[in-house]
Order: sequence, then C-alpha cells, then structure tokens
Amino acid sequence: MTISSILFILILVGSSAFFAMKVRQIIKNIRLGKSINRTDRKGERLKIMIRVALGQSKMVTRPIAGILHIFIYVAFIFTQIELIEIIIDGASGSHRIFAEPLGGLYTFVISLIEVLSLLALIATFVFLSRRNLIKVPRLVKSEMTGWPKLDGNIILYLEIILVICVFTMNGSDEALYNRGASHYEGQGSFGFALSQFFGPSVFGGMETSTLHVIERIGWWGHFGVVMGFVIYLPFSKHLHIFWAFPNVFFSNLDPKGQFSNMESVTNEVKMMLDPNADPYAVPEVDPNAVPQKFGAKDVPDLNWVNIMNAYTCTECGRCTSSCPANVTGKMLSPRKIMMDVRDRAEEIGKGIKKDGEDFNDGKSLLGDYITEEEIWACTSCNACVQECPVNIDPLAIIVDLRRYLVMEESKIPSELITMNTNIENNQAPWQFSPTDRLKWKDEE
Amino acid sequence: MSNLVVPTMAEMMASGEKPDVLFWVGCSGSFDDRAKKITKAIVKILNKCDVKFAVLGAEESCTGDPAKRAGNEFLFQMQAMMNIQVLDGYEVKKIVTACPHCFNTLKNEYPGLGGDYEVIHHTQLLESLFKEGKLNVEGGEFKGKKITFHDPCYLGRANDVYEAPRSVLSKLDAELVEMKRCKAKGLCCGAGGAQMFKEAEKGDKEVNVERTEDALKTNPNIIATGCPFCNTMMTDGVKNFNKENDIQVLDIAEMIALASDL
Repeated sequence: MTISSILFILILVGSSAFFAMKVRQIIKNIRLGKSINRTDRKGERLKIMIRVALGQSKMVTRPIAGILHIFIYVAFIFTQIELIEIIIDGASGSHRIFAEPLGGLYTFVISLIEVLSLLALIATFVFLSRRNLIKVPRLVKSEMTGWPKLDGNIILYLEIILVICVFTMNGSDEALYNRGASHYEGQGSFGFALSQFFGPSVFGGMETSTLHVIERIGWWGHFGVVMGFVIYLPFSKHLHIFWAFPNVFFSNLDPKGQFSNMESVTNEVKMMLDPNADPYAVPEVDPNAVPQKFGAKDVPDLNWVNIMNAYTCTECGRCTSSCPANVTGKMLSPRKIMMDVRDRAEEIGKGIKKDGEDFNDGKSLLGDYITEEEIWACTSCNACVQECPVNIDPLAIIVDLRRYLVMEESKIPSELITMNTNIENNQAPWQFSPTDRLKWKDEE
Repeated sequence: MSNLVVPTMAEMMASGEKPDVLFWVGCSGSFDDRAKKITKAIVKILNKCDVKFAVLGAEESCTGDPAKRAGNEFLFQMQAMMNIQVLDGYEVKKIVTACPHCFNTLKNEYPGLGGDYEVIHHTQLLESLFKEGKLNVEGGEFKGKKITFHDPCYLGRANDVYEAPRSVLSKLDAELVEMKRCKAKGLCCGAGGAQMFKEAEKGDKEVNVERTEDALKTNPNIIATGCPFCNTMMTDGVKNFNKENDIQVLDIAEMIALASDL
C-alpha cells in the first residue's frame, strides 16, 4: 500500500468518525425532546418525503432560488458517483476504476456531472451575490449577522472550490490522456462533455510532469473539500442536506390549523365536568413521576420533532419573509425561533456532556433566547409553516411557549385576560350576555 | 321584526324534527354588528333554498379558538367539552359556519375530544347549493365589478379550502382579480391567533394595513372575505386609506344575498 493510500484512508476514516460522533451528539440533543407519535401513515409519509424532500416541490414556489438550488442539489447527488470512485481509487491506488466496466455510461455520467457542476457554479455565484451584493432582504435580516452570515457564505465558497477541483482534475487528466500520459491506460480523449474541450486548451501546453501534479491537486482537492465539508457540516446550517429527509418524513400530516389537544389538560377538564367525580378524592400519585409542566419553557419541554426541525433549518428565511408580524416590523421571526431552538439544544447538549443529566445553567429558551414580545406577535396564520421547503413548523413551538407562559406563569397580555374572562363568564370573547346570542334575528 | 326564519335546535327537537344542518353562528356572527349582517345574509339564503337548518341560539358558546391560540388550553377544552355535550345532546351530524376559526376548531380539534361532526364553511355550502341548482344568481349589482378575494388563513392554509369561495364568486358575472399574495401565499389580515382581542406588538405598520395595500393594488370595487374577523380588519384597512366610499368590504354570503335580491 502506498503512502498516499494510507494517508487517504486515514483522512477518510478520521473525518467520517468525527462526523459520526457529532451526529450521535445531535441525535442525543434531538432526543432531549418529548415523545410524539409521528410513525403512523407510513405510506403517506414516504410519499410526502419523495415529493417535498427528494423532489424539492416546495423550493420552486420561489422560482429563481428554487431552480438554482435544484442545480446545486442535482449536481451534489450525481457527484456522489464520482466521490465513490475517488474513494475506491484513493484506497486501492487505481485510477478511474469505473471507466472500464461502465464504458459509455461512464462517459455519460461524468459528462452529466461536468454540466451540472457548471450549472451549480453559476448558481453559487448568483447565491453569493444575493447574499452579499443584491442583499435579498430575507438573507440579511437582523438574525443573519455574525456566524449565520459567515456560515451561509462558507458553504458557497467551498462549493466554488469543489467545482474548480472537479474541472482541474478532469481537464488535466484529459490533456494527459491526449498524449498517452494519464494514469488511465491508453491514449485518446475521455470524451467528457466539457473537459474534452477546455482540457486541451487550458492544460494542453503544460509539461507532463506539471500536469500530473495539477491533476493530483484537483483530485486531492476534490476529496479534501468533501472531507472538510463532512467535518464542517455538524456546525453548519447545511445539515439540512441530511435532516431534510427525516424532517419531511416525520412532519405533521394533519391540517395545519389543527393544534394538538393537550392530554394532560383533557384529563383534568374531564374530572371537572364529570358530575360523578369526587372533588375530594386524592389522586393516585406516582412517587417517581416528574412534575408535569404545561407548555414549553426550554428545549427539553418541546418534542423531538420540534428539535429536529431546528437542526434541519437552513436559515433560508422564507418563513420570516412571509410572516405578517415580521413584514410589519415586529420582533417575531420564525427563522430566529428555529435558530434559537438549535442554539439552546446545542448548549444543553454540551452542558449535559460536561455536568451530567442534572445540568442546569439557570437559562432557558424562553427568556434567554426568545422573548415574550416575539411570541405574542404571532397571528398563528401558518404562513411560515406553508413556506418552509422542508416542512418545519415554527408555529408549534410558538404555541407551546405561549402555553407555558399562560398556564404556568399566568403571563398574558392584559387584553387577553379580559378576553378569557369574557369567554368564561359570557361564553364569548366580548362582554355580551349569552342570552342575547339570538338577538340578531329580530334586529333590523 | 324581520322575516327571517331561524329555528333553534331546542324548538326543532320540541316539535320532533331534526335539521339537516346546524348553523353555527359564532360569537362574532352573534354579537358583532358588522358580522350580524353576514349572519342574516346566510339565513336569507338558507331560507330561500329551503335548507332545513337550525341554530343553537343561547345554547351556543365560544368554540374556545381564541383561548387555545392564546395558550389557554384549559379554557379551550372546557369550552370544547361543553359544546360537545350540547352538540351530541342534539345528535348534530353536520355543521355549517361562517367563521373559519369556528370551522377549523370544530372540524379539526373537537374530534380529539370526542366531538365528530361534518363541518363545512358557508362558502362550501353555497358552492354545493349552486351545484345542486338550488341557488341561482345573476350578477345583479356585481355584474362587471372588480372583486378581489382575501383568503382567510384558517380557511385557506389551515384547511386547504381555496376553490369554494372562488367558485361562488365566479357566479357573480364579475371580474375576479387575485392579489399578488393569494391562496397558500395569502397574507394574514392580522386578527388570527387571538390578535383580534389585543393591541399589536410594536412594529412599523399594522398587518391589516399591509394586507389592505395588497388589495388596493388590484384596484377593486369590492374586497370579498369569508371571515368576520378578516372583514373587520379589511374594513378598518380600507378606512385607513380613506377609501371607504370607493371600496366595499363584503362577505361572499352578503354578495350572493344581494345579487339574489334577498
């Protein structure tokens, strides 16, 4: 085994192991959440995953970003074939191991990758300009400064380097193959869609020895960027490339307007309304039971789908740009809600790793990350849920935070106290006499 | 005295009758002066089409929707359980309502608490009355007018009902123009999630003003709604631009009733 093969395997195994470790931590963080049954209707779930995650159906509702994103997405998928080849070649010391067995199909696949890479490159430049030059409003909102802004750009820079490496690798190898000097046996043209033309013209004039170095730079560069990407992913919003699939699979299939009915409340309400219930009965108490909290104050009070939503969010801001509160200048931004949940989940995950299960830093999602002003600005209109290309549900989190505020802390805007009192006393949110409910019939 | 025929469930039951559908009027439709007109328009249509219906009258109570959206699950479930007792007591099978919030809550959130009913929005009822040939209108005063429809969130996005209101409006022989943000992308009027009952948080604009701008851009004669709260918000929005003499905000039921000279 050559030194380069050993180095290759070490990098591959090292990055993969690091990634696996980080993903395990993320899964642990997601499991901080409460249980919720999202494994019913599997067929329907599979269909929606194929349509929304694999088929990107919600992306194209905004055509420019949607179609450009599909370029990058499809290029990414097909480049995996080349990556598998690179892994086999790198570990075994072979060169373009798929070329011979696949024959014409190989030429087609690599050609397709080249064309898609070019499209992806164009998309990347447009995306960079949308973030940094044109400054599309949703990409430069207040929560998109600092790390989130850098994160969005780093991914795009990596994408550019990756495509340059692919073209360097194929172009220089084409030039080498033209003169019978490629590690691929024989002499001729690979016939790849783009590199068969730009290969000779860009690299044709170079020395064979230089070309060998350049080809290796391209090859190692491609591999290196991918491995760097693998290490970077767990820290990035770019995690959506994996989580999008389970996230859509486990997403809410019920009508968007349907909020969950809290079971813990149902039991108490049934007791209250049951004429046979003994009001003085001592309820059976499980000594090991953890006291139940209504609603959510912190990340562990949410359910695991809420937390997975946060790790899936790629901060595109379609939610925020369609939020009626946000577009009229209120503090609420559904995207920020998701970013806050992820940040807080990370913080708790790290804390537990350090201090064990009873970790307590005295902080909480509600209060330290999300303010009351934000959550009371929500009109529950579901625009954010509708807009999310990967079916994230910020509204479910907002409602759970409201529930905590109202039912645990009785913190509620005073007008809403009046509304509640009216509903309790007059069976309507306004102070009218319930006996007047049919008065309209006789009014002119 | 009006000549509306509005039997209550109690009266129906006393005379041994059972309505085909319960008309859930809702708090807004019962008490809000503007919304009461919508309620009456619906009754006029129901009367004209000989739909055998009844209302709960004083036995109706808030569905609990605003309490639930505002985080008070206790109050919501109390309301829901009490309403379910009443509805089940009358063996109600089918409900029509003019309020998308009542519609959503009754249709989606009551089943989990034991209340299973077929629930439709009044625009869906109107659509089927047209289909069955029980209802016929000519454009009347709406002929050739420009109408834009504001999708209520709890009818549209929340429950994917986009076509029924449009299909009913299409009977009016008018020009139906869509706002830039419409259907699934429709912007909220600002009233949902219990916002109707409180001041908005600090911002640089009211949501209903933003939405009214959307509507004004279509240059409409009429802004059509299918929700009493949207109606209030859009009416206020139009007033904000001093356009109340040029643009009417009307519920689809009112438009059908007017076009039918009811």
